[in-house]
Order: sequence, then structure tokens, then C-alpha cells
Amino acid sequence: MAEPRSILATDCGSTTTKAILIVKDEKEGYRLACRGEAPTTVEAPFEDVTRGVLNAVQEVEELSGRRILDENELLMKPEKSPNEGIDLYVSTSSAGGGLQMMVSGVVKQMTAESAQRAALGAGAIVMDTLAHNDGRLPHQRIARIRALRPDMILMSGGTDGGTVTHVAEMAEIIAAADPKPRLGGGFRLPIIFAGNIDAREFVQEHLGSKSELHIVDNIRPTMDEEHLGPARDMVHELFMEHVMQQAPGYGKLSSWTDAPIIPTPAAVGAMTETVARRENIQVIGVDIGGATTDVFSVFEGEVEKEGEQPDLVFNRTVSANLGLSYSVSNVLVEAGVRNVLRWCALPIDAAGLGNRVKNKMIRPTTIPQTLESLMIEQSIAREALRLALEQHKQLATGLKGVQQQRTIDQAFSQTLTGLTLVDLMALNLIIGSGGVLSHAPRRQQAMLMMIDAFVPEGVTRLAVDSIFMMPQLGVLAELHPEAAMAVFWRDCLIPLGCCVAPSYGRAKPGQTIATVAYDGASHEIIYGDMQLIPLGEGETVEATIAPARGWDVGAGRGQPHQSTLKGGVVGLVLDGRGRPLTLPDDDAARRELLDRWNRALDIYPD
Amino acid sequence: MAHAYTPGLRVARSLLVRKERILPLKGDVLVKQGDRVNANDVVARTQLPGDIEIMNMAFELGCEPKEMPGKMMMGEGDPVSAGDVMAKTSSLFGLIKNDVRAPCTGTVETVSDVTGKVLLRKPPIPVEVKAYVDGTVVEVRENEGVVVETPGAFIQGIIGVAGETHGPIHILAQPDEVLDADRIDASCAGKVVVGGKLVTLAALKKAQELGVSAVVSGGIHDVDLEAFLGYPLGVAITGHEELGLTLVITEGFGEIRMAERTFELLKSHEGRTASVNGATQIRAGVIRPEVVIPLESAVESEHDAEGTMRIGDVVRLIREPNFGQLVEVTALPSELVKIETEAKVRALTVRLADGTELTLPRANVEVIQA
Repeated sequence: MAEPRSILATDCGSTTTKAILIVKDEKEGYRLACRGEAPTTVEAPFEDVTRGVLNAVQEVEELSGRRILDENELLMKPEKSPNEGIDLYVSTSSAGGGLQMMVSGVVKQMTAESAQRAALGAGAIVMDTLAHNDGRLPHQRIARIRALRPDMILMSGGTDGGTVTHVAEMAEIIAAADPKPRLGGGFRLPIIFAGNIDAREFVQEHLGSKSELHIVDNIRPTMDEEHLGPARDMVHELFMEHVMQQAPGYGKLSSWTDAPIIPTPAAVGAMTETVARRENIQVIGVDIGGATTDVFSVFEGEVEKEGEQPDLVFNRTVSANLGLSYSVSNVLVEAGVRNVLRWCALPIDAAGLGNRVKNKMIRPTTIPQTLESLMIEQSIAREALRLALEQHKQLATGLKGVQQQRTIDQAFSQTLTGLTLVDLMALNLIIGSGGVLSHAPRRQQAMLMMIDAFVPEGVTRLAVDSIFMMPQLGVLAELHPEAAMAVFWRDCLIPLGCCVAPSYGRAKPGQTIATVAYDGASHEIIYGDMQLIPLGEGETVEATIAPARGWDVGAGRGQPHQSTLKGGVVGLVLDGRGRPLTLPDDDAARRELLDRWNRALDIYPD
Repeated sequence: MAHAYTPGLRVARSLLVRKERILPLKGDVLVKQGDRVNANDVVARTQLPGDIEIMNMAFELGCEPKEMPGKMMMGEGDPVSAGDVMAKTSSLFGLIKNDVRAPCTGTVETVSDVTGKVLLRKPPIPVEVKAYVDGTVVEVRENEGVVVETPGAFIQGIIGVAGETHGPIHILAQPDEVLDADRIDASCAGKVVVGGKLVTLAALKKAQELGVSAVVSGGIHDVDLEAFLGYPLGVAITGHEELGLTLVITEGFGEIRMAERTFELLKSHEGRTASVNGATQIRAGVIRPEVVIPLESAVESEHDAEGTMRIGDVVRLIREPNFGQLVEVTALPSELVKIETEAKVRALTVRLADGTELTLPRANVEVIQA
């Protein structure tokens, strides 16, 4: 397509519709021109998503001085002049609760897990995963399907040519439940079958007349292969054709866009994947919201034979009830009061914490007013992030149950299949977004929250997406990756800096565990200490990091590591706390230590 | 929509309350437009498809799934009664016979020669929708349900548990008192009991035992709610609990004096029947628990629930410190203000009861509707 001079992109969220205008500048290339937002209008009294889009676009018009809508409130395309019209319009959506799916498979850890990965990768919230070994009785599964009313179901199960019995049983159960879609009472529920090729006839016979059945290639044609693409593409197609068409105003909105509307998390995932592939880096992205926390990652996959170049593998998980307002009470339930309070440098009344947190849950729009309140909120955020990453690690794995080819010398070294792909030492970049990270009063608070929660090892860059532009850039990347990447690095990310964290070794407090040398200067990393070294935005240094014996900074235990350290608005954090990161059990000692680290990084005002 | 979460719960002396009473599936509407209905009247009825009973028939018969059809005595669509013989098999020249009988009454839904399973559909489950409030049917939606309307006093709570109920209002404690177990006795059975800055766990348990319909109180400790429910409340999506007692909290967690206006309104209608629903959903499409007191006529028109804040207004602080206090607005600066956390926020200045002034985020106050 011709190179667009101006691009309008919107993201229709469950509460707010955000619009961005990207304009190509002769000298600088693509840059963010401005941003507007308005309440999403899916619910009564408007019940038309385009009203919110138009309101957000009108704000962009006012801020940019560019006329985008004509007198009939239609987008003026193509651009007529630098002050009139736009060349391209794209949109994402998570309004109306996003895409809610159920998935099924035969074995929970194998085909059901593959189906879960496909649905999550397509941007869905997976409401439940049914499997032959999920520990429930058939009638309990039927009751669950009936109660949940998903937007669509993805069925997997069996390898091609394998037994059909278990897949057939699941088809019978789904048919017996006769599930109804969440939206559009008169429509048949879309079901995608991506299982054993030999079971297609049976599935067609039992579900063909009761649902809108679509059959695609098997997600696990053999135990050693996982093909998520066809199922994921079909989810997107049905999302547009069925789910979106039931949501008020989406028919109109999709007629305006130059590319299909995709679910917001799918767009963020696409952007994360694009960044990782183009830069050849391993990335974790996290979006911590009021109700949910999404984690996206791109890590190197497993290799079957030694010497093979691993592929980068994208994974996404959504922790449905880990968030900082609607779900804040659930974080306390899942993490436990003790785990939350361990991050607080001030003494907090544990008994009163429950009431405080529940009052935030029932009045979700309130904000921390005191320093103590801010510390509690940021402590809860650390636990929500930690738990979300734990859940992500469980799903971002290699394939389970795969037969591995071993050479003679490997025959005695038993390695498990299906281990997590999340490798915190290999991790190059963490991108955080969501109010608690993007709007932290001091940027170093966001940086420390992510370091404490994710405990990166070796050298890791950290950044925040300050205004959550990744959804719009993700959908744009499908059409125009150059423009999306340019805006991503220049205007979307706020680089915080780098963290250097030696890992695995043992030392006594005060001992040097590594030395970071660059530009003729040398900085010692002291066990038990945190340091902040100035390294500003745009600054880059080539450093030699020499770990003490037994410690690893990325090149193996005791091995020096050459690394490019990039600066940011916070700087270079030297984390000498060791891995795994442990805190003293004694409250006074723990608080004294936290206070020392907070002071070293200038986290809170005195 | 963002403004849906704007703090400010509705407490109205009188307005026209409309309640949609809709079936989960299409069915029969039992009343017509203009009918007077009582809270307990059934206004619509339907039947949900019955539950499924799965029989491992091939296993029971000791045969391969594909051999099963020849042994079945019933086919898809046939009605069966519990104990009916559904399939027969014999072995050893007919010496050993094996009858497989229906475990329940229902209809044969499927017989599968692939899985060897037989699915029995149990009889349909009747579902009834009641009027919930005393009022008039003002709209009938064919096969779906009705809209019932009544003039009434209307009070929104901040959080509740358990579903719809009704009963006469009975005041048990003043707004600054604790509603404890000693105040509840057998005379409270079937009533909506009201009062207090706090309801205790012992009071809730006693109310439950004695058959009280609902408890409406200012506050509750989160540990007490957890103990009453039997599990910690992770997200505020409630209403499905089967406790035999509906709870509505008007102010929040902890000891918080019930707002004067809320208490006075309930007190002025003591003895009248109130309809109460604890269902709460604090997500997009927010639902708050409610108390509806049907009246003979409406005296004030319904207006938007979100009040506009002005200097001199009384607002409630809804975040620490001073949580729950009622204060007077003394300034509404237009510029962003840097608060203790160093965040720059839209702020307001308020005067506390002891006369001191405090500047705080506007997000942390709740309008008390006059």
C-alpha cells in the first residue's frame, strides 16, 4: 500500500476510548501528533461504540487543529492537506467485556493447554478449560458450560489418526449443554474444532446443527507439533463476524476501518512480538489494570537437536482476578497479607488492612492520598505482578509429553519436557503499563516495583508505556510496521534504564559480587545493597561486567559479560540483593533493609 | 462508562422505581399490563432444559460401543422412567442375563456407538420470576417478562450479599450504635432490620437462625463478612449466595456511622414493606445493592444520581485518613495540586469536624445527596 502520511488509531476499552493521531514528518518520520479520549459508549443510553470513537476523535481534532470528520461525522479519507483528513484508520476493542471463550481438549496438560494458548494468543479471556482429566464429572462440565455463556468455544483434542473416543465424548458433553452465546440471544454459538482429523465427522454430526461450527487444522497434529495459527486466525475471524457484530455499533465501526478490528490484548501481543522479532530480543510486557493483569512474553523456544537455532515463541496470559481496584481484594486473598506487607517499609496494621483493601474494591476510583497508602498500593502491585508472572510461567512452556531425541551422552541426563520458556537471565526488556506503573509519582517507583516482582537476572532494560499506546500500535503494525515501530520507540515507551542483578551465588553482606566497568569508571555491586548510577535517556555505554566467583551476570558463573547498557529517566540500577530475592523474617530488620534500598534509589520523599 | 463509577449513592425520598423482571429463557408471562402485583407474585415462568445423566452403557453391557445398538431397547427421543430396562444382554447361552435400568426419569437424548455413552435428559426445571416489588405491571415483553413500576423510596448500598427478599422495616439501632446479637430476637423474623455503624458476625448469625429477611447496616468488618460467607470475598460480584439472609452495607468496611439521610428515610417508613436485593457488581455495568420501599405516590422526579459538587456541600471522605467522616467543601481549585504522595491531582479542600482544613484528591470524596 502507498505510504500513509497520517494515521488515526483507536482503542475502544471497556471504560475509555483512546484515539491517537500519527503524522509523518519529513525529517523525523512517523511521530505521535496527539491523543484524545472519551468514555466508551457501548452501554445505555448510547449503545453505539462509534459515539465514543467520534468523541475521542473530536478531541484529537481540537488538540491537533486538523479536521478529521466531515459535516456528516464521517472520517475524511484520504488526507487532503496537512490540516484535513487522514490516510489510514485502524482500531482495536475490548469493550463489552472483550472476547470471552471456553476451550476444551483431551488431556489438560497437552491439547487443552495448546487450545488455551491459542485462545489467549488471540486476545481472549479463557473462562474455563475443559479436559477429560480436569477432575470434574460430565454433569459438572455441562453445568459449567451452561452457566458461563461464552462468546465462542475452541475444541481441540487428539492427534491426527489417534483415538476419537475422548474427543467424541467432549463433543457429546458440549452438545448436551446446548450452550448459548453471551451476546445476541437468537444466534448460534460459534464453535471451532481444531482436533483429531478423524473426529471431524462425529463432531459435525453432533454439533453441526446446534452451533455455528467451523473446522480448522488440528492444533496438535502430532505430540511433537503445535500449530496455533489456523485456530487463532479463525478466532479472529469469528470475533469480527459474530461477536463484534452483536456488540452495539461495531458493524458501523468495522466499515470505517482499513484493517479488521482485533481484540485489544491481541494487538498488544502483536506489538510485543513485532518488537522482539525486529530487535531479536526476549521481552516481557505486562499490563496491570483494575480487574486483570495481562502478561505477554517472547522467549526462545525449545530446540529438538543440539546446535539448532531456536525460534522466538510468543505467549500471553491473562490473570482474570489480579488487579488493583475491582480485584484488589483478590490479590490480598491469593498472595496473603504477609506477602503484601513484606514490601512495606512502614509498620502497617495487618488487622486493618483487610478493611482498607475492601474499601478500595467497593470504591475503585479512589487514589492513594498518603505516603503510607501509596506504599500499600505499590506493595499490592508487586504481589499482583509476581503472581501474574507465576501464572504466565505455567503456560509459557515447551510442549509437554514430547518424545525427545537424545544422543548417547544425553541418555543419562534426564530432562523434563514442557519446562517454562521464561528465562529471566536471557530476558532483555520488560515493558510495564497500567496506572500503578505508568502513573507512579516517581519513575523509580515503577522500576523498583517491576524489579521486585519479576526479579530479573543479569542485565535487563526496563520501560513503561506511559499512555498505553501499544494496542493501537499493535493493530497498525499489521498494516504498517515501520510506522508502528517508529512511534513505539520514540513516543510510546519511556525508558527507565537498566538493572544489573548478579545471580545464583553466595556471599556475606558487604562483599563485592560483581564489578561494572565502562568509560574508565568502575562500580562495585555489593551483596545486600542497591545503587542508582546516573545514566540518562539516550545514553548508551559498552560495559564489562565481571562477576565474583560463583555469580552469574549472563555469561555463566564467574564469567565476565560484555553488555550494552542503555540509560533512561531513572538510570542504572545495580541490584546486589542476589537471586532468589529473600527478605528477613524479622520485621524490624526487614523494614530497615527496605528503607535502605528505598533511600539508595530515592524511591519515596523523606 | 467511566462516569458510572462516580461515587455518590442514590438515596431518594420518593421516585418512580421501574424493575425489569425477565426470564433467563423465553417462556410464559402470567400477568398483563395494568395488573397490580405483590412482591411475592409470580409474573413469568419458564422451563429450563433438564440436567443430563450420562450412562456408560457399553461398559455396563460389557460390550464394544459399536455392538451396543443391538442390545438397546430404547432409542433417541424415547421417554423413560427411573428403573425402566433400557438395554439387555445375555451370555453363556443365555444363562447370565444383564439388564441395564434407567437411573432417573427423562428422555433418551443420544445413543453413541462411538463413545458407548447414553445421555438421558432429566425433566425440565421450572423457573419462576416474581414481581420483587409491590407495584403495577407497566410493560409486558412477550415471552420474556414484564416491567413493574411503583412510586417508592429508594436507597442504594455500597455492597451487599445474597439476592432478592422483602419484609417490613424494623429499626434496631441508631446510626452510631453497633448492631449486635443482643438486639435481635424472634420478633425480627421475616423483617428487614436496620441500623448501626457496624453489624457484628454474631448478629448476622442470629438473624440467619431466626429467619430475618434482610439486615441493612452502615459497616461491617471484612473478617466478619468472610466468616459469615465462609470464604474471602475476592471480587465484588455478589447476589448468588444462598444464605437465607440478605445483607446491605450502606457505607463501607469498618465502623462507619450510617448516613443520617439514609437512616432517617428508613426510620420514617418503619413498619412498611421494603424489597431488598444484595446483588452487587463493581465492574463495567455497575450494580449496587438496594432497598425499595413502595409508596402510594411519587413526590419528586427522578434525577441523575451523580450530584455536582459545590463549595459548602457536605461530602464523605472515602479513603484514609479520616475515612468515613462527613466534611464541608471549602474550595475547589481548578489547577492540579501536588499531594503528599507527590502525585498531581484534581483536588478539593474540605473542613473537618474539628475545624482543620485538608486538601485531598476529588476522587476520594463521595457526594452526599441533599
